[in-house]
Amino acid sequence: MARKSIFSAALVPYRAIHPGLAAGLGVLVWLLVIGLWMWLTYGGRVPEMFLPNPGKVLNTAGKLVADGTLFEHTLASAQVVLIGFVLSSVVAVPLGLYMGTYRAVQAALDPLVNFIRYLPVTSFVPLFILWIGIGLEQRVSVIIFGTFFQQLVMIADAARSVPRDLVNAAYTLGTTRNQTVRHIVFPASLPAVLDVLRVTVGWAWTYLVVAELVAAKSGLGYISLKAMRGFQVDIIFLAIAMIGLLGLCTDQLFRLLRRFAAPWAN
Amino acid sequence: MTSSADITVDKVTLRYETAKTTVLALDGLSLSVKPNEFAVIVGPSGCGKSSLLYLIAGLEGITSGRISVGGKTVEAPGADRGMVFQSYTLFPWLTVAQNVEYGPKRRNVPEAARKELVEHYLSEVGLAEFRDHYPSQLSGGMKQRVAIARALANDPAVLLMDEPFGALDSQTRHTMQRLLLRVWDHSHKTVLFVTHDIDEAILLADRVFVMSGRPGQIRKVLNVDFARPRSSEIVLDPAFISMKREIMGLLKSDEGDDDH
Repeated sequence: MARKSIFSAALVPYRAIHPGLAAGLGVLVWLLVIGLWMWLTYGGRVPEMFLPNPGKVLNTAGKLVADGTLFEHTLASAQVVLIGFVLSSVVAVPLGLYMGTYRAVQAALDPLVNFIRYLPVTSFVPLFILWIGIGLEQRVSVIIFGTFFQQLVMIADAARSVPRDLVNAAYTLGTTRNQTVRHIVFPASLPAVLDVLRVTVGWAWTYLVVAELVAAKSGLGYISLKAMRGFQVDIIFLAIAMIGLLGLCTDQLFRLLRRFAAPWAN
Repeated sequence: MTSSADITVDKVTLRYETAKTTVLALDGLSLSVKPNEFAVIVGPSGCGKSSLLYLIAGLEGITSGRISVGGKTVEAPGADRGMVFQSYTLFPWLTVAQNVEYGPKRRNVPEAARKELVEHYLSEVGLAEFRDHYPSQLSGGMKQRVAIARALANDPAVLLMDEPFGALDSQTRHTMQRLLLRVWDHSHKTVLFVTHDIDEAILLADRVFVMSGRPGQIRKVLNVDFARPRSSEIVLDPAFISMKREIMGLLKSDEGDDDH
C-alpha cells in the first residue's frame, strides 16, 4: 500500500515525490549511462582507441593520482578559473547593480555589452595571445571574457527587478538617492546575484579548455589536448570528469553561500 | 511626543505621457488636512487618489500646483512623510525588528533609543514576539502591521496610507481597521488614508474627501462626527448608513466613465 503510493505520486504533475525515490531515480540514470558504456566497451562494440572501458579509466586515474599529476593539473586549472571568475565578479557585481538601477549607466553600456557578449570567446584567443602573451594572464583573460559580460547583463536584470515600492518605502524612511544601491538594491537583489554567480562559475569552468587550448603547460585542458595527440582517450575522460566534478563542487559551494548570506530567501 | 503637521494641496495637476496618449490624472485638485486629523480619500479606481499620495510623499513630480507639508514645499521624498503602501514593502533581508529600526537608523538615532522605539511600536501592533522573524514568515496582515510600526517608529510629521488593507481578506481587514484606530488614538498623528472601501473610510475618518473619476478632483468633503474611540459597531448606526448612501451616490454618478 505504502509502496504503491510512493510510485503513484510520480505520475501526478508537480506533485512532490518521496526523497528516496528521487535519489533512486538519479542513481538509476547514472547506472544506465555507465551500463551503456560497459556494454559498448567490454562487449567489444567500440574499439578501445576511441572509447576506453571504465576499468581502464579508473586504472589511469589511480596512476595519475598516485604520481601527483592529476592534483598538479587540477590545481593549475582551478587557479585559472578562480582568478578569472573572482576578477570578473568583483567588477561585474557593483557595475551590474548600478547598470540595473541607473538608466543612464544602462543606456551607456547596454549597446556595447550586448554586442560583445555574443562574440565567440574562441575568436579572441589569438588576440589575447598577441596582446597579453602566453602566460597565466592570457588564460585568465579568456575566463574573464567568457563570464564578465554575461554576469553584467544578468546582475543588471536582478537589480532592475527590485520592486519599485521597496525603494519608495526606503525613501519615505529617510534613505537618500545615493544610499539606494547600497542599502536597498544590493541586499534586495543579493539572492539573485548569488544565483548569477553560481550559474556563471559553471560557465567559467566550461571556458577552461578554450583557455588552455594554446600555450598552456599545465592544467586539465592541457593534459587532455596532449592526451589526444597520443590517443590516450582514458586521460581525456579523466580530465573531463574532473572539470565536471569541480564545476559541481563550486556550484554546491554557492548554494551553501546563498543559504548563509541570504537566509531570508530560503 | 510625536510630531504632527498639516498637508496643503493647492491646485495640483498631474499629467503623464503613455505610449499612445497624454493622461490627465489630476486636474487642479486642492485639499488641506489639519494637524492631528485623520483624513480619508475615497474614490473610484483610477481616479488618481494613489497618485496624489505619491505626489505628497514626493515620490513623483507634479505637473503644476503646489504641495506643502508643515509649511514646507514638497520637492523630494523625505522621512517627514511616512508611508504605508498597498503592496508589501517590508525589507525581506531584515527581521521584523530591523525593519522597524530601519528609519531611526538612517536618521542616526542612538542605538538604545532605537531599541526602545522598536519595542514600543512592535507591542503597539501586537507583534513583539515576532521581532526576530523575517517578513517571509509573516501573514499579509502581520506584514502590514509591521509596515505601520515601521512608519510610526520613524516619527513622521504625517502618515500617508495607500490602501494598506486592500490586499487583505475582509476578516483581517476589519482587525486591521480596529488596530489602526487604537494605534491612532495613542498618537493622533496627521493621517491621509486612501481607500475605495466606503465603510473603511467612514469608520476611520475625521473627514472624508470624495473624489471624482479621472481627471481626479475633490467632489465633496464630509465631516464624520462619531465619537472616538470608535468601535466597528458604528457601521450599524443610521447616521453611518446615510453617510454611506450619500458617498455611494457620489461615486455612482462617476461609474459611467470609468473605463477610458
